[in-house]
Amino acid sequence: MENRIIDIIIKEILLFYKIIKFLIPSIPITIQITLYSFLLAVILGLIIALFRISYVKIFQIISKIYVDVLRGIPLLVQIFFIYFGLGKILKLEQFTAGVIAISICYSAYISEIFRAGILAIPKGQYDASKSLGMNKYQTMRYVILPQAIRIIIPPISNEFIACLKDSSLVSIIGMRELTRAGREFYSQYFVDFEIWFIVGMFYLIMTAIAAKFARYIEKKLEIP
Amino acid sequence: MGTLKINRVILFFLFLGLFSSCNRIGVKEKSHYSHQEKILKIGTDATYPPFEYICGDTGKLIGFDIDLIKKICAELSYKPEFLVVPFDGIIAGLKQKKYDIIISAMTITKERLAEINFSKPYYLAGQSIVVRIDNREIKSQYDLKNKKIGVQLGTTGEMTVKKIFNTTVISYDNISSAFIDLENGRLDAIVNDIPTNRNFVNKKSDKFKIVGNVFTEEKYGIAVRKEDTLLLEKINNVISKLEKQSYLTKLKKTWKIE
Repeated sequence: MENRIIDIIIKEILLFYKIIKFLIPSIPITIQITLYSFLLAVILGLIIALFRISYVKIFQIISKIYVDVLRGIPLLVQIFFIYFGLGKILKLEQFTAGVIAISICYSAYISEIFRAGILAIPKGQYDASKSLGMNKYQTMRYVILPQAIRIIIPPISNEFIACLKDSSLVSIIGMRELTRAGREFYSQYFVDFEIWFIVGMFYLIMTAIAAKFARYIEKKLEIP
Repeated sequence: MGTLKINRVILFFLFLGLFSSCNRIGVKEKSHYSHQEKILKIGTDATYPPFEYICGDTGKLIGFDIDLIKKICAELSYKPEFLVVPFDGIIAGLKQKKYDIIISAMTITKERLAEINFSKPYYLAGQSIVVRIDNREIKSQYDLKNKKIGVQLGTTGEMTVKKIFNTTVISYDNISSAFIDLENGRLDAIVNDIPTNRNFVNKKSDKFKIVGNVFTEEKYGIAVRKEDTLLLEKINNVISKLEKQSYLTKLKKTWKIE
C-alpha cells in the first residue's frame, strides 16, 4: 500500500518535471511578445493621447475614432484580422502579427490612461509654466508629463499584467508561446490537471514579478 | 427600522427565487432523461470536411462521420447528441465524461490506445502532401526537409512530421487555417489526411495540388472510454453489419471519399 502511494508520488513528480521541461522554452517567447507589444502600445498610446488633447481638430477626431474602433473589437478578432484577414497583402510572420495586434489593441486603452493622467494635472501648472516662459513642448516634457506619470503608473502596470495574460491569445494563430506549448503537451500526453495547473503557475509567477516591479517604480517616483 | 424590514423581505424573496429556480432546473433534467430514449453524447471537431463540418449554407453539422454515427445510433436506438470540441482536447474530454464517444476522423494509434479504446476501423486513410500549384520543389515526402510545414494540432499528421522530418512545423487549431496560410505563402506544404486534402484541393484546384503518394497507412476508429466495453461491442457489431450491407461503401460514395 505504502509502496503504491510512493509510486504515484514519484510518477507525479516525474510528470511535473517533464511538463516543466517541455514548457520552459516557450516562456521567453511569451515574455518577448509581451514586452515588444507593450512597449509599442505605450509609444502609440502616448501619441494618440497627445493627439486627443491637442488643439488641432483633425488630430482629435483621428484619435477619437482610433480609440473607439479598437476598443470596441475583441483582441482575438483583431489577431485573426491582422494575421488571416490581411494575410494576402501583408504576409506577416506569426510573431509580428501577434505583436502588432496586441500593441494596437492595447494602445487604445493606454492612450485613455495617458489622457486621464494628463488631464488630472491642474490648469494652474500650465499657467505657471507659461509665466516661466516655457513653450508648449517644454511644458509637456518638463512639467506635465513627469507629474502625470506618477498618476499613470498604477493603471499602466495593470494594463501590463493584462497584456501578459492576453499574449496567450496569440496561440490561436499557431505561435508557440506558453499556452500553445501547454496545448501541445495536452494533445500528446492527454494529461489535463497537471498541465493547466503548471501553465497557470508560470503565468502567476510572471505577473507577480511584474506587479512587484511596478510597485518598486511607484515607490521610486513617490514624492517624499 | 422600516427600511431594514423591507430589505429583509426583498432578501427573502431573492432567496426564494434562487431556490425555486434550482428546483426547476432539477425537474427539467429528470424528465429529460426518463421520457426520451437513451442519449449518446458524441464529441467531434467539426472543422474537418468532408468527415465533419458545419455546412456553410445551413449551419448544420454534416459529414461522413456524422451520417455514419447517426446510422449507428439509429441501429442501437440511441438519440445522438453532438458536442463540437477542439481536436487537441478531444481525448481528455472523453475521459472526463463530457461525451461518451468520439467520431472525428480519428486514427487508431498506439499512444491513443493507451488512453482509450477504438472500434473496428471504419475508414482507411493516410498522410499526403499539399503544396501551392506553382511549387516545383516538393515532389514527395523526402523533399520536406527544411521546409515550413503546416499541420493540425494533435493529429497524426503533426506526429508524423515531427517524427520523420527535421523541419519547422506549425500546428494550427484547424486545418482550414493552415490552408489559408499555404495560400498566403506562409507555408511551403501541408501534411494531412488524404480525404480532407482532396476536399480542399478540389475546392480550390487553381491554387493547390497534391504531390507524392500517400505515405502512411491509417485507420479511423470510433473512440470510447476504456471501461465502456459493452458499448464498444455494440458499436463493433453495427459496423460489421453495415459493412456487410455495403452501407459504408455507399456512404463513402455519397461523400466522394472512396
